[in-house]
Amino acid sequence: MLSLIGYILLCASLLAALVQVVSPTIGLLLDESKYYNKVRVFAYIQFVFMFCSYMALTFAFLSNDFSILYVANNSNTSLPLMYKIAAVWGGHEGSLMLWVLILNVWTMSVCILNKALSFKFLARVLVVLGAVSVGFLAFIVFTSNPFIELTPPPLQGRDLNPLLQDPGMMIHPPMLYMGYVGFCVAFAFSIAGLMAENLNSEWAEKVRPWVLSAWVFLTAGIGLGSWWAYNELGWGGWWFWDPVENASFMPWLVGTALIHSVIVTQKRNIFQNWTALLAIVAFSLSLLGTFLVRSGVLVSVHAFANDPERGIFILCFLSLTVGLSLLIFAIKAHKIKTKGGFDIFSRETLLLINNIFLLVAAFTVLLGTLYPLIIDALNLGKLSVGPPYFNIVLAPLILPLLLFMTIAISTAWKSDKPLLVFNRLKKIALIAVISGIAFPLYFYMPNEMVVFIATILSIWTILGPLDIVIKHITKNTSLLLRAVSVFFAHAGVGILMLGIVYSSYFSLQKELVMQTNEFVNIGPYKVQYKNVDLQKGPNYVSLMGNLDIFKNEVFITRLFPEKRIYKLQSKPMTEAAIHSTLFHDLYISLGEPLQRDRWGVRIYYKPFMSFLWIGILFMFVGGIISISTSVIEKRKIQNTS
Amino acid sequence: MSPTQKKRFIFVVILVFSASIAAALVIYGLNQNLLYFYSPTQVMHGKVPSKMNFRLGGLVVPGSITKENDSMRIHFKLTDNNNEIQVSYKGLLPDLFREGQGIVTLGYMDDSNIFHADQVLAKHDENYMPPEVAELLADENKNKPIAIPK
Repeated sequence: MLSLIGYILLCASLLAALVQVVSPTIGLLLDESKYYNKVRVFAYIQFVFMFCSYMALTFAFLSNDFSILYVANNSNTSLPLMYKIAAVWGGHEGSLMLWVLILNVWTMSVCILNKALSFKFLARVLVVLGAVSVGFLAFIVFTSNPFIELTPPPLQGRDLNPLLQDPGMMIHPPMLYMGYVGFCVAFAFSIAGLMAENLNSEWAEKVRPWVLSAWVFLTAGIGLGSWWAYNELGWGGWWFWDPVENASFMPWLVGTALIHSVIVTQKRNIFQNWTALLAIVAFSLSLLGTFLVRSGVLVSVHAFANDPERGIFILCFLSLTVGLSLLIFAIKAHKIKTKGGFDIFSRETLLLINNIFLLVAAFTVLLGTLYPLIIDALNLGKLSVGPPYFNIVLAPLILPLLLFMTIAISTAWKSDKPLLVFNRLKKIALIAVISGIAFPLYFYMPNEMVVFIATILSIWTILGPLDIVIKHITKNTSLLLRAVSVFFAHAGVGILMLGIVYSSYFSLQKELVMQTNEFVNIGPYKVQYKNVDLQKGPNYVSLMGNLDIFKNEVFITRLFPEKRIYKLQSKPMTEAAIHSTLFHDLYISLGEPLQRDRWGVRIYYKPFMSFLWIGILFMFVGGIISISTSVIEKRKIQNTS
Repeated sequence: MSPTQKKRFIFVVILVFSASIAAALVIYGLNQNLLYFYSPTQVMHGKVPSKMNFRLGGLVVPGSITKENDSMRIHFKLTDNNNEIQVSYKGLLPDLFREGQGIVTLGYMDDSNIFHADQVLAKHDENYMPPEVAELLADENKNKPIAIPK
């Protein structure tokens, strides 16, 4: 019964989406406003149906309705309530439901928040958003129905994949999807703007908060994913250059380029086509990410052949979207003329350089991700691209980017003199170089040049915007807020860079067999192994290690790394225990029991690990301040006019 | 050249310059970091250049696991049901390493035909078979009954 209701609601939402596309399209073609001035209503109707359908699925999880195959595969009566809610998006079908629901949430937000848009423009935006929604809803209805029944219903479900039973995993996918799907709004605005042959600064002002929101969510989503990997996988790593991770990193890079080029369009009324193109690329990469993760090609190109319907559907949808939008771009872009000029040495140029670097970086990641798939599809052998590829290729692209970031924010729009900029920045450069050499030399004595370069550039990236904030403190609040948002976003990158470099170059690692009361020294810490005892969790049993941590012979804390065995799936899972301080992490995970009560233990000492999370948090905060500044400025303009 | 042309020219130069640097980096990076996948049979037939890092996949032969006391070194054999290769690895094993499990290791062959692995990968799923291993078994065993040990 529940499954039928859910399915009907899903189909109803597909119908609503179809109407949302067809009706205004006819209206726009015939130039009859009565077909498109009510378009908001269809978006609301679609949202209501989709929301109810999603709730039906959630209710099935909460009520342990194992007559639905998807629920039986991904849940269990003993699964804690929190994870039952998260289990809705734990598998293929449910995660697509979440995708569409989030698309609907974005569409609704556009309808509600962009009151000032003309009916025609809004209609165009909603046609694009509706078309994307139609594509994904059709995909769910025809290939990935989450409401398929299972008869006879089993008494017990197979449980959620233990890897996903973690608080980080609760919020990571929705955040990431909010980011992915959020670029759809910028994409729709770009297509609508191209169709109207108008991408002026007013357009940019409207699209900017949407781009920023998507970017903020994507940043948070990627950050949470890394944090989850660090806590949950037990290998002390947080980024593996896994294709799934790359799939989220590529839109992030292009999205970062986009938030900068949209500023140029808003402020200077130039780069209009470029901004539209970046929005198209960002959304296409989001779709590509969805394709990579959801089609099965990553497991193997041949797994794609096992389930051809799904893979081919997304591939066709992807080609259609990219092809159509590029076609519109090709037809319309040259009709959009920009007037504003700028000198070679100006903030515009520097932002363009930053855009090119980010785009090239995204392209190299794309190449490294797709290369093994292409080679395999051509039957030229099986290979994988190792993580060092990405490090080798990206370091020379990202480090100059850090250099340009601070120069760009200290350079005037339109035209500036290199000598003036040099005078503005020389103090910061001096401090950055001195501290960037002295600090690593004093504490770590590194052999690698790149550590010094990265430290100098990170400090440069943090101090540059800080200086501007200090200069703006007495000025008006709007300018100050802008400076503060730039500070958080840019300093976040610097802090993140410090975290990445120090935690990877100077981390210590020990793998050893320990027995009761044995000591081991790592960095400034002394770790004493006590014992391993048995604990019971709601749906697992846990072997919990007890290890005491000392520093300078003083007891600091006791860590409890776990080895969990989930009853239903009988999968062992490592839960690392981490003693985290601002300047270093001590990370312990349990290996396996060896003879006579002895356990294999893995201990990492990771300096500056917290900087990584703080850096990401800073970028997130920077994005949020920037959104609120945009809103505040808009209010002011409305009030004065 | 007019100022606009000059500007465009400079942008094109920047673009070409950065794209070629990126291309060079990509080629260099790929050359250094492509890891090929081989089966024990391919290794036995001498298809793998010596001293090269590669990925070796197969099933862990039951009863072949020996652990050295007190050090963390472990020895085991990998098979594709035709040939076996002795593997040596030091360190903690992933959660799902067990007899009969399909795994992928990363390392190199020494002169005495022992594979020195610096990484052992087994995914978090008891039904999981690394795709390369699954395909390899399907290929190698086309003509014989499949004997995947439990």
